[in-house]
Amino acid sequence: MNDMRITNRTIEMNDIKIAAKGVDVFYGDTHAIKDVSVEIQDKTVTAFIGPSGCGKSTFLRCLNRMNDTIDVARVTGDIRIDGEDIYDAKVDPVQLRAKVGMVFQKPNPFPKSIFENVAYGPKIHGLARTNDELEEIVMKSLNRAGLIDEVKDRLLAPATGLSGGQQQRLCIARAIAINPDVLLMDEPCSALDPIATARIEDLMWELKENFTIVIVTHSMQQASRVSQQTGFFHMGVLAEVGTTEQIFQNPVDTRTRDYITGRFG
Amino acid sequence: MTDIIAEPEGGDRRKGSLLAQDTRTQKRNAAERRFQIYGMVAVSIAVLALVFLLTSIVSNGIGSFSQTFISLDVVLAEDKLDKTGSRDRTEMAKVSTFGYAPLIKAAIEDRIAAEGIEIDGLTKPDALISKEAAAQLRNFVLANTDRVGDTVEFKFLASGRIDGYYKGRVTMASAALDRNISPEQLMLADALKDAGALERTFNWDFITAPDASENRPEAAGLGVAILGSLYMMVVVLFLALPIGVAASIYLEEFAPKNFLTDVIEVNISNLAAVPSIVFGILGLAIFINFAGLPQSAPIVGGLVLTLMTLPTIIIATRASLKSVPPSIREAALGVGASKMQTVFHHVLPLAAPGILTGTIIGLSQALGETAPLLLIGMVAFVREYPGAPPEGFFDPASALPVQIYNWTTRSDPAFVERASGAIIVLLIFLLIMNIVAIILRRRFERRW
Repeated sequence: MNDMRITNRTIEMNDIKIAAKGVDVFYGDTHAIKDVSVEIQDKTVTAFIGPSGCGKSTFLRCLNRMNDTIDVARVTGDIRIDGEDIYDAKVDPVQLRAKVGMVFQKPNPFPKSIFENVAYGPKIHGLARTNDELEEIVMKSLNRAGLIDEVKDRLLAPATGLSGGQQQRLCIARAIAINPDVLLMDEPCSALDPIATARIEDLMWELKENFTIVIVTHSMQQASRVSQQTGFFHMGVLAEVGTTEQIFQNPVDTRTRDYITGRFG
Repeated sequence: MTDIIAEPEGGDRRKGSLLAQDTRTQKRNAAERRFQIYGMVAVSIAVLALVFLLTSIVSNGIGSFSQTFISLDVVLAEDKLDKTGSRDRTEMAKVSTFGYAPLIKAAIEDRIAAEGIEIDGLTKPDALISKEAAAQLRNFVLANTDRVGDTVEFKFLASGRIDGYYKGRVTMASAALDRNISPEQLMLADALKDAGALERTFNWDFITAPDASENRPEAAGLGVAILGSLYMMVVVLFLALPIGVAASIYLEEFAPKNFLTDVIEVNISNLAAVPSIVFGILGLAIFINFAGLPQSAPIVGGLVLTLMTLPTIIIATRASLKSVPPSIREAALGVGASKMQTVFHHVLPLAAPGILTGTIIGLSQALGETAPLLLIGMVAFVREYPGAPPEGFFDPASALPVQIYNWTTRSDPAFVERASGAIIVLLIFLLIMNIVAIILRRRFERRW
């Protein structure tokens, strides 16, 4: 397969972008993530799969400290991006989130115009000095998100008027407008139809040239289509992680094999 | 509830025809119809009560918006008003209203003679004219000293009884028993009306004039009360809105969830249920006795009403902040907005309609509140308008609901009409505020 060749090459070439070691997450008394260690390579797509409630989204939200916003959540362990501990007391989560962008399960555009949605990030981070620069960033981001042709005539129209797939691509444009290093995607296609899903998968394929993408998905097919590395979560434990080829064709862990062959989940 | 218990008379469902309702269905439908009737009865009672309330207030109060006036030519005699002939205001101010009363009496007697009206047993024809007339005349003379010696036409307020006669409150029979008016005087009023000297016109003074004493209801107006209420609303708006919104944002978005914030939360909810008079006592103790602010002042009233309105605004604001979908907050945080940017750029604009509605409901409550104001002395009889802001906030003033309360305690039946009229004014203000609330909500909601 064509994928095989690319996968092998990327794994050989890329450095470690994100390294998690012994990560535990507690929601109050619930132990949601148990001792997860994983290394994620630069400029690849890494997919986390697993049954509902297995903790894959929780783990994803640790990577940009989104769990900080939940009062009862507590994260222990060591997560490093480019070798820097992101849970260090000196790290400002706001600054971290500018570096690690996120796309959510449900498209959640701001109830503002399409332009303002994409321009908001660059504006608050001071990425553009003039309006022309800002417009350039917005157009570039919309272009990279593959949305430009559909919206270029109605940039000032409300974003909520777009279709679900367009809204999700707008959210991707919004996330990449601030030029992050890492893009986290939490089941980005679960609310979309197959055509919109295919467009977003194509997009991920292109975006990984510039970004490290971590995606959480319910769909094993999606994971096998877009990712080079796959991790399987089961009941808060990262049961197995490896190249996508290996996980889908030759899983070592019995739980992974049962899940992939459809015995449960 | 009873539906759950199996009823054997229902029979085997599969055997019955769909065209015939079984007893169970019939019972269920009957219960549904009964419930709808209860609802309609409840709504009808509410509507009837409202209609009854409004008709009684409007029919009682509408009269206060028109007033009977008597036009008279008054000779401003120099020998009475300016004995020195100097036209010096300070000198002329020494003549009190008692010095002006004879001029008015002379004017009405002249008019009676001129029209050739003859009524047997007529005494004191000047009882037709309000006691306010002398003050009106004096104010005119002191403002226009050069007019002394001229004959000037004045429109004087008719006395409360004469006004009542034309509004159906006073009859010949009641006048015969009344110390303040006689049937002959009423006949004189009719004769003057025929002569065109007496007319009923719209009464702006009711809205603009200050309150008047017990025995001249015809001159009593709402000017000071409206101004006092307005000043208080300004104080409430500028204190309660920022404090309330800031408190809600902090509690809802920033505060950690711990025992202390739980206690604060419970207490805010409880404060909303505290009787308003308690806030009055608090205001009396803190703002007047401790802080030494003046009594009867709109600033104190405003502060007390602010305390009272705060829980309403905080509860409404928190509810509308809660109703903003968390996905919006996540979206903003996800692109690296700080917590404050998230709140001010995204959450607050979406919560604005709810906050505004809550604020205006709070203001309406405050506008109609009486009890706490009684305790801080706003029930005082105030005839002087409060000054322009900001000093005016510290001047004595009245307030609309207190003025209504005040008038209902007075003995003259003319004040019943005044009180109802004041209620109409208060209701109009409340209506305007509610309309503003609806318009603002629509305006903000339209922004997606």
